[in-house]
Amino acid sequence: MIHPGRLLAALLLACAVAAPAAGQPLRVEITEGIVEPVPVALPRFEVAGDDAEAEALAEEVRAVLAADLVGAGLVRVVDEAAYLARPGLADATPDLAPWRAIEAEALGGGDPEIGAGGRRAVRFQLWDVFGGEPLGDGLVVRAAPGDVRRIAHKIADAVHLALTGEPGWFDTLVAFVSETGPKGARTKRIAVMDHDGANLRYLTDGDDLALTPRFSPDASRLVYISWATGEPRVMIRDLATGQEEPLGRFPQMSFAPRFSPDGASVVMSLSEGGDTDLHRLRLADRSLIRLTDASAIETAPSYSPDGSEIVFESDAGGGQQLYVMPAEGGEARRISFGEGRYGTPVWSPRGDLIAFTKILQGRFHIGVMRPDGSRERLLTSSWLDEAPTWAPNGRALMFFRETPGPDGAPAIWRVDADGRNLRKVPTPAGASDPSWSARLP
Amino acid sequence: MTLLRSLTALALALTLSACASNEIPEDASAGAGAGVGSGTSGAASPFDPASVEYFRAEIGDTVYFATDSSLLTPDAQSTLSRQARWLTDNAGRTATVEGHADERGTREYNLALGARRASAVRNFLVAEGVEAERLRSVTYGKERPVALCSDESCWRQNRRAVTVMADGPTS
Repeated sequence: MIHPGRLLAALLLACAVAAPAAGQPLRVEITEGIVEPVPVALPRFEVAGDDAEAEALAEEVRAVLAADLVGAGLVRVVDEAAYLARPGLADATPDLAPWRAIEAEALGGGDPEIGAGGRRAVRFQLWDVFGGEPLGDGLVVRAAPGDVRRIAHKIADAVHLALTGEPGWFDTLVAFVSETGPKGARTKRIAVMDHDGANLRYLTDGDDLALTPRFSPDASRLVYISWATGEPRVMIRDLATGQEEPLGRFPQMSFAPRFSPDGASVVMSLSEGGDTDLHRLRLADRSLIRLTDASAIETAPSYSPDGSEIVFESDAGGGQQLYVMPAEGGEARRISFGEGRYGTPVWSPRGDLIAFTKILQGRFHIGVMRPDGSRERLLTSSWLDEAPTWAPNGRALMFFRETPGPDGAPAIWRVDADGRNLRKVPTPAGASDPSWSARLP
Repeated sequence: MTLLRSLTALALALTLSACASNEIPEDASAGAGAGVGSGTSGAASPFDPASVEYFRAEIGDTVYFATDSSLLTPDAQSTLSRQARWLTDNAGRTATVEGHADERGTREYNLALGARRASAVRNFLVAEGVEAERLRSVTYGKERPVALCSDESCWRQNRRAVTVMADGPTS
């Protein structure tokens, strides 16, 4: 990666130069949300010689990296026009004085390289400008020419880790429902894209209504529901091979599927005779276990990250409310007690919060509460906000927001778990039911 | 088991119908397939009484529900009684009852609610003598609105269950 001898020499030099200015190492605390973006200098990557391919690689990675970090509200990129120096190569300690002068707190430098067979590589290092030290480990990311954006996303994840101590959510996918056509005859297709809307591809053709895609924990499979047989049925699809099949053979309508954290089971609703109950289907032998048995609607289940409990919604108490029960079924305890109706609960991957949709006085909200129902906090509000999904680090959520009226359409939005930094995720057409994947390997 | 459940549903519908609100959409008669309140006499109908067109236009293929409810109103029950008689007279027909919800709920809850509505209709028809094997039920939740505005005048038309003949057009 980085030559140890050179790095040590660089470090010593940097320390000597920066000693008077060195204070606390640069660290952004995100436990209460990112309030002030860190000013970062991100000069053009140095390209050796006259290599147009390497130039293109450098510019694309730099642009995607900046968009990731700025979009997350983590950094602001100091205007290039203010830069007083060129950065030098990523594995040599730069003179940080010119970057201190423009009050950049961090400096990022990358070296692009076109390898054998056109394989792309970028070496990247982040520097603590006032601390005078490298921030986090330098890294080299290599990828096929078609995966250049993923190089940038991986670097962005490393920068997020270096600045906050937590990995980011940049090298991830979002599965969703693409919605086209008029409201009265809408085509709904399962699609997958990168977290920022790039590389969109459709998985179903739109002939049959399809909804609610959800990733397996390792992002290798999707479950969703399709009306291909005339009734809603849970389908499972392998993303690498494209193979898919109905999940289970039973007469009831099935919907609201979600993987268990170990990926070995799928919990879902089966509906028969107007009664909708939760069941767990074990993927290895397709055995089915009934989890609830009330003459009410039990749906929208989501496992706790340790797999021990399930949060779901039920109208057993009269209205739509949230309940938590043991993963094998058993006594459920109600956790939502505020005014209005609560649905679509999703357990945070950190385990600390449950996100939900709240319907109150004709408005829809995305909110979060602790698993015991305390500290409820509404993050968004609109005519229709629905279906939160967590970033893999539990610091942000996506959901969909639909506009009213005959021309109304849904779009995917992202918000930090503290309600800050609300942004629309770009999609070419209407988009709903987002499912945010884990970080890709 | 099925019969018991059907009778229970019927009893529930009859018991509670007195307090259920009247949910006839104001402009329902203008919409195709919304036959609530239309007569049962085929004398003036241009359609063959055994045809799907007749069923839709003269019997009425759709019933409506109050918000977040699957109770069958007196009007719904009267429509469904006509549907049951027609289905008894046309014993070769099979049908799917499609349950729908308005857009003011979450997607999965509305799928469950649509299933509940379709089931209430199916149970009523079975209790009125239609063989259970001739009736399937399916939910579309809030995915298939017929009225597109975002106020109650449209939502009341979308909270519905439609009895669709196997060889007829779907809603």
